[in-house]
Amino acid sequence: MTKLTDLTITEALQGLKAKKFSAVELADAHIAAVETKEARGTKAFVTETPDVARRQAQTSDARRAAGNEGVLDGIPIAIKDLFCTKGIRTTASSAILKNFVPTYESTVTQKLADAGAVTLGKVCHDEFGFGGANINTPFGPVVNPWSGKDPANAARKLVPGGSSGGSAAAVAARLAMAATGTDTGGSSRQPASFSGVVGMKPTYGRCSRWGIIAFASSLDQAGVLTRSVADTALMLRVMAGFDEKDSTSVDRPVPDYAKALGKSVKGLKIGVPREYRIEGMNPEVDALWQKSAAMLRDAGAEAVEISLPHTKYALPVYYIIAPAEASSNLARYDGVRYGARVKGETLDEMYENTRAAGFTKEARRRILIGTYVLSAGYYDAYYRKAQRVRRLIRNDFLEAFKKCDAILTPVSPGTAFAIGEKQDDPLQMYLEDVYTVTLNLAGLPGICVPVGLAKNGLPMGMQLIGRAFDEETLFTAASALEKAAGFTAKPPFTA
Amino acid sequence: MAYVTGTTGEWEMVIGLEVHAQVISNSKLFSGASTTFGAAPNAQVSTVDAAFPGMLPVLNEYCVEQAVRTGLGLKAQINMTSVFDRKNYFYADLPAGYQISQFTQPIVGKGEILLDLANGETRNVGITRLHLEQDAGKSMHDQSPNETYVDLNRCGVALMEIVSEPDMRSGEEAGAYLKKLRAILRYLGTCDGNMEEGSMRCDVNLSMRRKGDEKLGTRCEIKNVNSIKFVMQAIEYEAQRQVEVLEGGGRIEQETRLWDTGKGVTRSMRSKENAHDYRYFPDPDLLPLKLDPKMVERVKKTLPELPDEKKARFISEYGLKPYDASVLVAEKASADYFEKVAKGRDGKLAANWVTGELFGALNKMGKGIEDSPVSAEALGELVGLISDQTISGRIAKDVFEEMLKSGKSAATIVEEKGLKQVTDTGAIEKAIDEILAKNADKVAEYKSGKDKLFGFFVGQVMKSTGGKANPAMLNDLLKKKLA
Repeated sequence: MTKLTDLTITEALQGLKAKKFSAVELADAHIAAVETKEARGTKAFVTETPDVARRQAQTSDARRAAGNEGVLDGIPIAIKDLFCTKGIRTTASSAILKNFVPTYESTVTQKLADAGAVTLGKVCHDEFGFGGANINTPFGPVVNPWSGKDPANAARKLVPGGSSGGSAAAVAARLAMAATGTDTGGSSRQPASFSGVVGMKPTYGRCSRWGIIAFASSLDQAGVLTRSVADTALMLRVMAGFDEKDSTSVDRPVPDYAKALGKSVKGLKIGVPREYRIEGMNPEVDALWQKSAAMLRDAGAEAVEISLPHTKYALPVYYIIAPAEASSNLARYDGVRYGARVKGETLDEMYENTRAAGFTKEARRRILIGTYVLSAGYYDAYYRKAQRVRRLIRNDFLEAFKKCDAILTPVSPGTAFAIGEKQDDPLQMYLEDVYTVTLNLAGLPGICVPVGLAKNGLPMGMQLIGRAFDEETLFTAASALEKAAGFTAKPPFTA
Repeated sequence: MAYVTGTTGEWEMVIGLEVHAQVISNSKLFSGASTTFGAAPNAQVSTVDAAFPGMLPVLNEYCVEQAVRTGLGLKAQINMTSVFDRKNYFYADLPAGYQISQFTQPIVGKGEILLDLANGETRNVGITRLHLEQDAGKSMHDQSPNETYVDLNRCGVALMEIVSEPDMRSGEEAGAYLKKLRAILRYLGTCDGNMEEGSMRCDVNLSMRRKGDEKLGTRCEIKNVNSIKFVMQAIEYEAQRQVEVLEGGGRIEQETRLWDTGKGVTRSMRSKENAHDYRYFPDPDLLPLKLDPKMVERVKKTLPELPDEKKARFISEYGLKPYDASVLVAEKASADYFEKVAKGRDGKLAANWVTGELFGALNKMGKGIEDSPVSAEALGELVGLISDQTISGRIAKDVFEEMLKSGKSAATIVEEKGLKQVTDTGAIEKAIDEILAKNADKVAEYKSGKDKLFGFFVGQVMKSTGGKANPAMLNDLLKKKLA
């Protein structure tokens, strides 16, 4: 029999239904996996909650016995540590919140709990979501389970991508069947690509942001990482929905995304944006991109070239808007009411001491950039202009979607790199987001599907972008791509 | 218009006011926490108010309605789309590190307020804008020698910031503006206007220019002056200070000053160089506020009669003088009281009694009209007794004194003390005859031209009748007898 930790959610639900194993057994298998030395060596988990998981698994078994089970009943998952969890430490992977225990549960994690999901613990990420390598946190760096695969980097540990690096590592290493992520500029999709798993960011407004610690409010969305497109569909159906506590969530019915899976893509128009073929692009990424387009074509879809002319501005626009909002969103971590406090002689000194000690260098850098671009005299040149260009980027997509139903692009310019690499060059690091930030700026949904291995043996994913609130088409196309690619490679380390 | 006379000539004050009016609502602007005044510290704080991680603001629709109601009451433009912005600054009683406010697109635009001045004149003051924003908490520096305590009960309560045009030219006008604005807010029920409790707070912007100059001088802002009296005092002080600086060859620096109530002076608080850079930007947690035209219509329809309309009606319906009318409408309670007294009676007489005897008595007792020992119905009865000539106006004053003391009704007092006016011609004639007979010499003097003695005879007859003779009848009969 397949190891319990190797099952997809879909398979596990069938097993639970058929009484092949209990939710407690499923939880125990995962708890044991999380608690191994190797698993802990990945630093994927910031906080393990085995007691919570066992208790939830027991009640899950009881519910199933009574015939009252939920959609995800008994499925062990990991929660990104940006989701506030009632009574469970929630750190935002930051020293400033290292002992913070919320008295409330985020809407998304509440929905997952209500559907019967079992919480294994809270997983690491770049502090507040600031990064693409999961190195910007006192709780990391998180190690990619694919480490050791790349001969050039055999002796070095690889990054899992970020910010949702712990989520990706936990799912890839079979420590959890799924993990929540968040996605502000690619934080769920890029680590999925680096770790060979599926990662999705739904439309802005699809999931409630209530209880998710904010990075950049106009870009933040809950995300999800799993090992199959079908599992992502199951998870998203539970996570999505209107919430009156989040004024930016949208009141639209949530479809049963599973129904969109396996549908024929015949006649579906897949856009391939010419501006995404950037100079100096890794030829392997380019090759896999063409191959993916061909696979979709073979499945009956039509590939059409499209233009997204303002693409080149996306990264600078993102690195103005996101830090601007972050600088304001992080002002609340001042040592006054909760979180770490470092005393000072005056109030200002206390702020300075607390925030200097509590934030990583990257967080401080983004706060400074954000403060600068919002300052009097610079606001018009930076923030206001960036918002205008953002509108143009969105219009590009609206135009493009007149010609196609989904857009196929790479996720990242390359594969997972070694911990320490690019670390001294923030600009190089920011380039990681070049394919992913456009969606966040336009508010559109995107999904990363693992499609193959590069010559270095590391996984690469491709991104599909959909119309706002048209996650269904995305799931149809993604499941076709997944089927055609037949990605089954496993990382060197799994539970 | 009042000018400040300096050593080199006359100077004109240019005053604009920013009023922060706390909105009457059960819960806060962006959270469900209660707004009741006087609760134990930090007893009314939600995780949204305290800016806990992951918390999001949700706009309170009732506060929006209150702002619209106020805008309509100020005859102002209602902006169907407005935007909430973040005003960023660090302070211990500002949990999020930003205040949610409205910067470039406020909910209410230009409006106006009509001032009623003491000389009976009126004057228009423009309203620049009204916007909604959150109040901050309170820092308490006096509870511990080396720590500051923070109370977040007030944090997040809705405020309306109402900004006037720089249209006022004296402390008196500023006072009249605040009184009128407060009256309008109270009529509307959108703010209780209690400056002492801090539910209405005022910042003064003041600059000086030479009489006749068009160009505005550099202004100073005086923060948080917490009574109308202090506003007027602060203006007088600040105007003198600025004139002295300017005439001494100095320059006014744009700065924020603080009114020191104890010393009666304004003090520099922070200069323009140290002014905050608030880094305003649209709050990404909130969508632009789009008003429903039906809501605005509904609020418009339920708008109460406001002071200006009421004043006009009192003048036309009751024949009051403009000044009396404006005194009566200044407080809604006074206006309501007056209308009960005046209903079906002589309006002018009712107004005289309310603004004269009643207000005088209440003033002496230090009571407000809500606590008047004489009810509007009781005073109305008294006014009725005067009108139907049961008692004279002079006797009525005694009856009123007795009403204040005993709480008895006017009719009862008149009955018990036998104060009913004498209107029997025969009885009055008899009394006149007696007095004239007793004072034959004075009658002779009167007839030889000493007209002033007429009053003497009236007084004597009144005295002999215990003040009960009907004054008009007495006059008529006396004139005839002396003819």
